[in-house]
Amino acid sequence: MKLVENAAGRLVPTEVNGRDAVPFAGVGGHRPAGRRAAPRVATCLDYPDDGDKRVGSIAEALEAVGLADGMVVSSHHHLRNGDAVANLVFDAAAALGRRDLMWFPSASFPVHANQIRHLEAGVIHHIEGSMNGPLGDYCSTGRMRGLGVLRSHGGRWQAIQDGEVGIDVAVIAAPTADAFGNATGDRGPAGCGLLGFALADSIYAEKVIVVTDNLVPFPCLPWQIQGNHVDVVVEVDSIGDPTKIVSGTTRVTNSPDRLRIAELAARFCAAAGIMRPGFSFQAGAGGTTLAFAIYLRDLMRAAGVTARFARGGSNRYMVEMLSEGLVEHILDGQTFDLDGVASIRSDPRHVNTSPFTSYNFHGKGNFASMVDVAVLGATEVDLEFNGNVVTHSDGRLLHGIGGWQNCLAARCAMLLVPSFRDRIPVIVEEVTTLCGPGELIDVVVTERGIAVNPRRQDLLDAVAGSGLPIRPIEDLKAELDRICGSPQPVPRSDQPVAVVKWVDGTVLDTVWKVG
Amino acid sequence: MSDLHSASAGPLGDEVRSDCRVAYEPGEGPLAVEVVSKVDYLYGQSIAAALRRVAGGLGVGTGRLSIVDRGAVEWVILARAEACLRLAGAVGPAVLPEAHPSCGVPRSRERLRRSRLYVPGNQPKLMLSAGLYGADAIILDLEDSVPPAEKASALLLVRNALIALDWGASERMVRVNQGELGLEELRRIGPHNPHTVLLPKVEHPDAVHRAAAVLAELGLADRPFLMPILESPLGIHRAFEIAAADPTVVALTLGLEDLSAELGAPRTEEGVESLLARQTTVYAARAAGVQPIASVYSGIADETGLEAYVRRERGLGFVGVGCIHPRQIAVVHRAMTPSEREVERAIAIVRAARDAEARGLGAVAVGSKMVDPPVVRQAFRTVELAVAGGALAAGWDDAES
Repeated sequence: MKLVENAAGRLVPTEVNGRDAVPFAGVGGHRPAGRRAAPRVATCLDYPDDGDKRVGSIAEALEAVGLADGMVVSSHHHLRNGDAVANLVFDAAAALGRRDLMWFPSASFPVHANQIRHLEAGVIHHIEGSMNGPLGDYCSTGRMRGLGVLRSHGGRWQAIQDGEVGIDVAVIAAPTADAFGNATGDRGPAGCGLLGFALADSIYAEKVIVVTDNLVPFPCLPWQIQGNHVDVVVEVDSIGDPTKIVSGTTRVTNSPDRLRIAELAARFCAAAGIMRPGFSFQAGAGGTTLAFAIYLRDLMRAAGVTARFARGGSNRYMVEMLSEGLVEHILDGQTFDLDGVASIRSDPRHVNTSPFTSYNFHGKGNFASMVDVAVLGATEVDLEFNGNVVTHSDGRLLHGIGGWQNCLAARCAMLLVPSFRDRIPVIVEEVTTLCGPGELIDVVVTERGIAVNPRRQDLLDAVAGSGLPIRPIEDLKAELDRICGSPQPVPRSDQPVAVVKWVDGTVLDTVWKVG
Repeated sequence: MSDLHSASAGPLGDEVRSDCRVAYEPGEGPLAVEVVSKVDYLYGQSIAAALRRVAGGLGVGTGRLSIVDRGAVEWVILARAEACLRLAGAVGPAVLPEAHPSCGVPRSRERLRRSRLYVPGNQPKLMLSAGLYGADAIILDLEDSVPPAEKASALLLVRNALIALDWGASERMVRVNQGELGLEELRRIGPHNPHTVLLPKVEHPDAVHRAAAVLAELGLADRPFLMPILESPLGIHRAFEIAAADPTVVALTLGLEDLSAELGAPRTEEGVESLLARQTTVYAARAAGVQPIASVYSGIADETGLEAYVRRERGLGFVGVGCIHPRQIAVVHRAMTPSEREVERAIAIVRAARDAEARGLGAVAVGSKMVDPPVVRQAFRTVELAVAGGALAAGWDDAES
């Protein structure tokens, strides 16, 4: 495999799974040209006039759309760790004797460890999508054929739209749908809020299968997924376990360190003048970001400031801010709890979005860059403010990128991280895997102090005299070295197992085999 | 060393964080060291080296020393290894961790003690960040929060924390156990600059005398302060004698949980059952010239209740309360901060006192009213509290001069 050094100084392959790959050329350094990819034109003559596209089973559906060896099969992750459908699809494909499929999920969860047997048996050739837990270990230890390809939510849309990935069969798990294929995520026993991550798949895939456990008579309203893109509809007993669809990430942390990080971050927003009338923010799930939202809410109340919009993943606390009038609109990418689901169903100020509206590199603008402040996590940050969100410091795959890279486009991107986790430093000399270039990461908030990127002199000036513990990042690292001790160098193999794409489709870094 | 036996120290399990379990098995051949660690790829070599250093210091050259590490920092590993080998029967000098630059910071008798954060002495994870929260004092506790079987290991953790931990700006406090165990703990931690030692369940001035004598025997240039805790009717009854038992006593406090149990009067939100005890503590402390400090408030999530509690205790004359979670600290400091009116009045008295001093006058007057010395002292204290609580700028009197 040929490897070259990209503009970030990282060694990356020039070919990924048989396709040429462009090395990262710097932020804003790559301008793809050409036309959007598109599926073949269809004709309504091939579809029933009465709109009833139902078939009896997932296997029948796969046969009906002509699933063949080597095809690309996509799925979405709105059902999170409760998803049953992606597993059922590959079980059915295996029963049909199909081989060498590429799975293209918008993210995978521990529940998808089921796919390991299909990887072992050759049903799945490789996965392009986030891998963690058992699948992450499978890929990290070099057992997967082909390279894993990690993309942001926006990068996935970009790859679909510019033809880097052609989806042969999209399978869309739908909490509610009609026989025509119109589908919504905001209701039904497995209600997950919205289906934005499946939207590109529905528009650009050659064939689209909707799988639901809550079939309603036409029309299914609202229809975030339009039946006009859909080939067949399958009714199953259950598309997933609702108790695992809403994640446990909606519990506010009780950890004193994390509360302190959240409070410092909220106070930073106030002191820097980011929290001003009509501002906007993005805060997702996870105990620390939830606590951030609560501290920010209190500061907004005290200052009499309201936000024009907040970007989700939505959750109970964001919904309460909407109800209280502290937030005027929620532009939601995914819902993290049942309060979020109920709100998006009933409150017209709480609207669904998709990676197209928010994150797509090929879009004519993006919501993400209009957001005043986005708070994010990370596994590592280095002295150049580069961030890692996909690997553990031993190089093992740990998380997907999600919207993380895309959110760095915010006017102020803040990483809320503990300075170390059980002796493992989070602030390091150089990140194990580069996921976000330091020039886009403005502030790092730890329990031991706040490091502001020296490129953001404006922020440094704004918070001067605020009493906040602003410290050079080198200073924080020196303290960690004192507490944790200087780590020994971690040897890295020379065998790539996955690549990290930047939002523009270029290759930002390589994930190497471990163990 | 043939008389060594099997031993272990430290917790084991998947939920353990920032701590480790060290075990020793006697055996023939040269010492084998085994490391199982979630951070072995970063610190495996230094963990093995730390274990060998401790074994070498204690003269253990045979058998098998193993660790199951869950991300403990080095001073924790050193403490757990030493505890394990001492439990195995090894004797010899300790291998101490590298000292934190702040470990020698001097103690101060009259400092603010509005908040004191209790941290269990067997939980290093909680110690690592304790200095970040701005508590006036941190108490590493060897008493109630440490089960009997873990006391020996916790003592070494606390000793190492006194050497290697960053306590921030907080006063360095340790709560020892009662009786002989507590005196032995004093001997072991005394040389490592605890600012103040809390003595639990004191019922007689003799307990203070014994602790003071043990610390005096250490021959330190500067002896640690003592803070007796009254936790029984008998202790309350002897409050003044206890507070006045030794010049190193700087504060007197009480423990309402145990006291309520002894009284058979369950602790209520209003605290009527303990009013006499609390007032007695305040009177005794002031009579002895030491600070009266209130008990803890156990409702961690109830900020409103905590704030009301602190205001009420402050109203009785207490100058501080105990905290069992860092989130209580800010609430305590806020509630301990004097009101705007109190501050205004105190500033007027402080100015008058300075003016009187400058003019060589013995008496202080605000307007036509004479102010007695205790009121002047209290005014200075109010101004200090206002500055510490952020209600008054630190340079409030510079601006006008």
